[in-house]
Amino acid sequence: MARRAVAIALEPRWPGAVAAGLVVFLTLGTVVAVGWRGGRELGGTDWAAVRFTVVQAFVSALLSVLFAIPVARALARRRFFGRSALITILGAPFILPVIVAILGLLAVFGRSGVVNVGLEVLGLPPVSIYGFQGVVLAHVFFNLPLATRLILQGWLAIPAERFRLAASLGAPVRRVLEWPMLRAQVPGIFVTIFLICLTSFAVALTLGGGPRSTTVELAIYQALRFDFDLAAAANLAVIQFVLCGLAACLAWWVAVTHALGAGLDRAVQRWDSGGMSRVWDAVWITLAAAFLMVPLVMIVWRGVGGLAEMPTTVWVAAGRSILVAVLSTLLATGMALMLALRGGFWAGAGAALPLAASSLVMGTGLFLIVFPYARPSDLALIVTALVNAVMSLPFALRALIPAANSLREDYGRLSRGLGLTGWAYVRIVAVPRLRRPLGFAAGLAAALSMGDLGVITLFAADAQETLPLAMYRLMGSYRMDAAAGAALILVAISLALFWIFDRGGRLGADA
Amino acid sequence: MLTLEGLELAAGEFRLRADWALGVAPVTAVIGPSGGGKSTLLSAIAGFLPPQSGRILWGAHDVTQAAPAARPVSMLFQDNNLFPHLTAAQNVGLGVRPTLRLMAGEVEKVTEALRVVGLADLQSRKPGALSGGQQSRVALARVLVADRPLVLMDEPFSALGPGLRHEMLDLAQSVLAGSGRELMMVTHDPGDAQRVADQVCFVDGGIAQPPVATAAFFDQPTQALRDYLGDGV
Repeated sequence: MARRAVAIALEPRWPGAVAAGLVVFLTLGTVVAVGWRGGRELGGTDWAAVRFTVVQAFVSALLSVLFAIPVARALARRRFFGRSALITILGAPFILPVIVAILGLLAVFGRSGVVNVGLEVLGLPPVSIYGFQGVVLAHVFFNLPLATRLILQGWLAIPAERFRLAASLGAPVRRVLEWPMLRAQVPGIFVTIFLICLTSFAVALTLGGGPRSTTVELAIYQALRFDFDLAAAANLAVIQFVLCGLAACLAWWVAVTHALGAGLDRAVQRWDSGGMSRVWDAVWITLAAAFLMVPLVMIVWRGVGGLAEMPTTVWVAAGRSILVAVLSTLLATGMALMLALRGGFWAGAGAALPLAASSLVMGTGLFLIVFPYARPSDLALIVTALVNAVMSLPFALRALIPAANSLREDYGRLSRGLGLTGWAYVRIVAVPRLRRPLGFAAGLAAALSMGDLGVITLFAADAQETLPLAMYRLMGSYRMDAAAGAALILVAISLALFWIFDRGGRLGADA
Repeated sequence: MLTLEGLELAAGEFRLRADWALGVAPVTAVIGPSGGGKSTLLSAIAGFLPPQSGRILWGAHDVTQAAPAARPVSMLFQDNNLFPHLTAAQNVGLGVRPTLRLMAGEVEKVTEALRVVGLADLQSRKPGALSGGQQSRVALARVLVADRPLVLMDEPFSALGPGLRHEMLDLAQSVLAGSGRELMMVTHDPGDAQRVADQVCFVDGGIAQPPVATAAFFDQPTQALRDYLGDGV
């Protein structure tokens, strides 16, 4: 509209600038703080960690996408009882605490898990969930559903008329419709998952380890926590940042498709799907559902029994976690709102930079900055809340930026004409009009922070133990029943927080 | 009084020039073909489109650089004139004080304005629970309490049926125009112009013509106007 800067901004400008500054400081500034201390030559173990990180991320992304394609196709062309429930559950791993999912996977694939018990009965050698295959398994568990949802979106975006046209012409659907769609969608999805696996920490912490299966993130943690080798941690943090930066550039280049879409509940009528394809579709859907559901069911099953075994410290840790989650949610939602209202370059930066950042690098940087002045453990919870808030910004902004843009489009002139600008605009127009995406963003931020087992591991002493950390420590001391009880509580609180915030945004919101 | 002094506007490739004073007339209709620049002209006067060159004066005051809310202007748009999450009274209240923190006397002003437009009983309804005509009345009430000397209407009633639209135009004329207020309204319909306007400003071919008294405008149509009106007029 306005070419020259006559137009007064609708929103207060400085909070968005502060939020952008905070994002830049936490993502880029911490790397500088870390790089300052670096200087040791990179050793063989460092390169081994880089190699392992890249290879596991590549294989995890590849398998997730490969398996997702037949599952998504089956979901796209079949109607069956429980289909929409299954699609909903495909969205669950996103807000499921990583450590909880790992406990579920251990119950199925672990040393005394369901699978190995079965193999023993059959007289076959046991499989191990630790090391490379375990890390990949967990990453596929998290990212297969994501990939499936994204590819399903691609499938359902093909207009139904095209399938009708292909059927009437007798054209091969696979070559004329499906292959072009996959070629457009899959590279972006692959790179997204590759990036997620590159920065994942809790999976490597629990299932990896040892010289042969240590990721860069895990090596940073070990350098700080066990060796207290700041220079080594700094070097690794720079490596991790470069890795993520490269992957993020790659993602930018292939134009990543976006996750949070609606309208997945229709099945396209097809004319090419009789006979054996029906059987295969059933097999894929059953396998995917079992792979997802069995670990989740095991968590509930074991957790109920484990509730009585839990030490009381778990409840204290739960309270602490809720506090951190609420603080983190307030920070994330506030920052996201101000960035989205500001719009433009800085909103985009807030949505992109944290994707390339690693929470362990942020943690290391803050550790180095804080270390001379205060005991890191004193600030553990605040730092955790802050880092979690920044890490959830991309997801919050993905929901808020389009909504804020259309708000500006629809009511910007009316608001300006009335002099409804600054905080009055935020209070009277923006917050009430953006309730739904704000509630959804807050729910995501709360669930992500509640389940986070990242930066807290660097800082926390016993007095700062969060629920995921308490659970991890119970697992470390082989108190699996107690850990399962804690897992049940953790997942219940995470889902409840998501539900409360998301619901709060919908209630009484005017269309 | 509004004066457009050597005004040149640009929106994309589109250019529009205007160089005249509005004069003293309660209602001015702005007519001309679609895409001719009627909305562009009103946008510039309201402060949403900074001019390429020239000045916009109100009396002796240069308001060319003033923010929309700092101009002596209220504007009604084609749509989105009301916030759907606020009640009728709140929407009107924004015209008094954009922070919505109203003093006792100001609350009475809002109630009175809603009574004048015939919505005394519907103060606490939200726009979604009002008919199209009632929504227009709320918007008019807000312009009334804002009490700016110049009111710009960019076809705010175009979504209403002809009967209701005439009713609203009459209401706007009787409630808003006069008592020192001037009304500039965009319309497609020469009938609307003849119904309520004292003078007409024709906008076409990149030029906003100086206003002409309504009767003279339609009695001695120019070639451009004849082209716009088509045969039979």
